[in-house]
Amino acid sequence: MIRFMAGKLLEAAIAIWGVVTIVFFVSRVLGDPAVLLLPLGATDAQLEALRASLGLDQPILVQYFSSLGAMLRGDFGISFQHMRPALDVVLERMPATAILAFSALVLGVLIGAVAGTIAALNRGKLAELIVMSAALLGQATPVFWLGLMLILFFSVQLGWLPSAGSGTWWHLILPAITLAVFVSASIARLLRSSLLEILGEDYVRTARAKGLLPQTIFTWHVARNALIPVVTMIGIIAGELLGGSVVTETVFGWPGVGRLIVQAIQNQDFPVIQAGVAVVAIIFVFINLAIDLLYGVLDPRIRGER
Amino acid sequence: MGDFFASLVKSRSGLFGFVLLTLLVLVAIFAPLLGLASPIRGDLLARLSPPTWTGPFNPGPHPLGTDEVGRDVLSRIVHGSRLTLMIAATAVVLGGVVGTLLGIAAGFYGGIVDRVLMRLVDIQLALPLMLLALLVVAALGPSFNNLIIVLALTSWIRYARIIRGQVLSLREREFVQSAHAIGASTVRIMLRHILPNVLTPALVVATLELARIIIMDAALSFLGLGVQPPSPSWGRMLADGRVYISTAWWIVTFPGLTILLTVLSVNLLGDWLRDYFDPKLRTSR
Repeated sequence: MIRFMAGKLLEAAIAIWGVVTIVFFVSRVLGDPAVLLLPLGATDAQLEALRASLGLDQPILVQYFSSLGAMLRGDFGISFQHMRPALDVVLERMPATAILAFSALVLGVLIGAVAGTIAALNRGKLAELIVMSAALLGQATPVFWLGLMLILFFSVQLGWLPSAGSGTWWHLILPAITLAVFVSASIARLLRSSLLEILGEDYVRTARAKGLLPQTIFTWHVARNALIPVVTMIGIIAGELLGGSVVTETVFGWPGVGRLIVQAIQNQDFPVIQAGVAVVAIIFVFINLAIDLLYGVLDPRIRGER
Repeated sequence: MGDFFASLVKSRSGLFGFVLLTLLVLVAIFAPLLGLASPIRGDLLARLSPPTWTGPFNPGPHPLGTDEVGRDVLSRIVHGSRLTLMIAATAVVLGGVVGTLLGIAAGFYGGIVDRVLMRLVDIQLALPLMLLALLVVAALGPSFNNLIIVLALTSWIRYARIIRGQVLSLREREFVQSAHAIGASTVRIMLRHILPNVLTPALVVATLELARIIIMDAALSFLGLGVQPPSPSWGRMLADGRVYISTAWWIVTFPGLTILLTVLSVNLLGDWLRDYFDPKLRTSR
């Protein structure tokens, strides 16, 4: 188990190094950082001065290691728009994104789990058809458009819920539902096929033959095993949630990191873009690390591998 | 081929997806011949007019209404489909070719090539795709070509992973071994013997990727990072119409509905293709 955990930690460390490297190369190699880092309308003299002060005349590898060190220390530069360290600006917005993503995850997993179970236990019946059609639609619906339609219906037509902003729990409802729909659709489809597969396994037949109660079989033999692919799926879904929160936060004016990054792109505030992308990616790495470890607990067979 | 269509017709959802997608593509190709209003120049007198069918007093021939500068919503959706399908198709092909070739190289050579490539895939997967796209667009600037590059960049990893897995088993097969034995060059074996055998899984991945890319393209356009105005793009229409949501519901409703139908048809077709070609791929997502 310790070897398994150490391996996973090492993988996470490599992933974080990789993310920081991608951020470096995309900003330094694809674009001219001096142009990106200065506000629009800077003069040539200012550009030259900045290039010299940033050490952009140094060889690329020297630049790489110095900026790698800076980023690992949390130094992403000063935001032009906010005139404060970019990392502080990003971290301030983190709680809002965390609340939104977490509510959406919980809501989505609950709805998806119930729907997927209903579909699997009602094989070939109307209930399965309804759940699976809804899941297909849910997967095909663009997140931001769903947000707009919810605003149109619940805010504009009915006037029940606020269309944008934050501050009360009422403001959280529409963005959380928006993000949760995609999650529940994916979970429902996956859990259904995973349940169906396990219901056909020999050990389930054995349990039935032993005369165990259907509830006991479902809880201890079926559900526990069917959850394994779902737990893995949550890692992928966390990525979708963190990416989807960018558009959802923009639609609902939710003051999270996603909206901050979009605004930073519009204002060419490159330090904030770098810090935002790096922070979210590192959180994503940690979520996946946690899932890998949980996976090892749920399924002892995994630990032996590698 | 007959078997292929017989199976397609038997799967109702696959057929539905196929027909819908064909219709969309045909409309996109023949858009200039349909006699629609200009998607770019608006009729200011008819600005924000509701869809014709919602009441007898709505002026002008605008079946789906007009936007804030009097441009025909239907025409913008149809012309937007040309742009979307072109961008998505190019990105899918670009990502597919790069991903497939790298997947073949990783699986065939193994060793260090494989380890470096797969480590690259893992690292890229550590970054949510949307954030990678945002970062690259921020550095390159938004444009038609950059959008395609970004979308292809988020896509190659899916092909590389699946194709590598296929090649790992293919390279031990007899026909590859005998090609080795008669002295065929490595490149020849990869292109003549391995490539044709991985085209089917690549096609299945491509269909699933097409749906993801269409949504991501719309999302980037929605954020103002896609093709720049005045070109009509679905995501942009939603972003512009958002301001008028309380008075003109049609501007945000119909482009989104079009995205939904397009993605749904691609997904249905993709699900069917996967089941038709290889039921085993089902479990590997």
